[in-house]
Amino acid sequence: MKKNIADFLLQAIETGEPVVLATIIRGAENEIGRHLLFRRDGSSQGDWGEATPVTLAQQQAMALFGQERGVTWRTGEREIFFESYFPPAKLIIVGAVHVAIPLVRFAKDLGYKVILVDPRHTFATEARFPHVEALVRRWPDEALAEIGIDANTAVVILTHDPKLDDPAIKYALSQAPAYLGVLGSRKTHEKRVQRLKHDGLTDEQLARLHAPIGLDIGGQTPAEIALSIMAEIVAVRRGALTITPRQ
Amino acid sequence: MHDLLPELQCWRERGLAIALATVVKTWGSSPRPAGAKMAVNAHGEMIGSVSGGCVESAVIEEARQVLQTGKPKLLAFGVSNEQAWEVGLACGGMIEIFVEKLEN
Repeated sequence: MKKNIADFLLQAIETGEPVVLATIIRGAENEIGRHLLFRRDGSSQGDWGEATPVTLAQQQAMALFGQERGVTWRTGEREIFFESYFPPAKLIIVGAVHVAIPLVRFAKDLGYKVILVDPRHTFATEARFPHVEALVRRWPDEALAEIGIDANTAVVILTHDPKLDDPAIKYALSQAPAYLGVLGSRKTHEKRVQRLKHDGLTDEQLARLHAPIGLDIGGQTPAEIALSIMAEIVAVRRGALTITPRQ
Repeated sequence: MHDLLPELQCWRERGLAIALATVVKTWGSSPRPAGAKMAVNAHGEMIGSVSGGCVESAVIEEARQVLQTGKPKLLAFGVSNEQAWEVGLACGGMIEIFVEKLEN
């Protein structure tokens, strides 16, 4: 891979810019290993030769944006590998509580960019959370609006305090996160549902909450609870789980 | 590739020659999907993976050759391949791996 393409690719991955890389893997010997790197706007750079099917490749590449996968495509003698590079998933944790500490570590190992929200300065400290991408010490609804929630974002709400939890839930439900889970026992959740219905939220909206949070693995310690939460997020994102498992 | 990035950048800053191996095709039950990657540097150090540990040592050998010649290679491992019996994809799947040098 030519230096300028490698530089561009690594920089795109670092900054989270989505790109699609097309590599000729079969065909004329002098073409094998040549690359074309596409940006979202359809522009490209690379060392494909004059005779290569650039326009067809561009159509293939554009169809792959936003998906996290690689496919091979055969055209005549050539075989081309297309790989879509997608920004890492984002995990927003509201509540810098004990469970959040192992949760940040697990999420980081799983490749998530983790952002922690808590207006309480005693909880949200760099010393407790050295691995987060950002610590946002603001009221949850304001913080979530500023950070932004998209289909590549999981939101976990852990404060246990309606003052903090409820605004976060309401804002998150106004968006379309990949996952939205809230900590609290079944009883706590029942009360929460009553409160939120009173505030005008619908059953349909509230059904999107994963609560009680996490897969039921009998977790007791903060780390075990964090593991159950992380497992649930993976299961939902990978399509293995579409409804809250605990009834 | 996100997980390989810090190490890759560190290798590049140190001016080490790097070979990148990418799974480009899979058949049947293979341990890692297309796009899975490993990188090998001039010292033979390895990061990432292209299988569950079944073919990595063979890929390192091929990567060293790619670093020497600068010519990319398309490798195939699977039950129909003689090397697979030695190297062994225990799952019975087949994979193709593209190995190339990253210019620095």
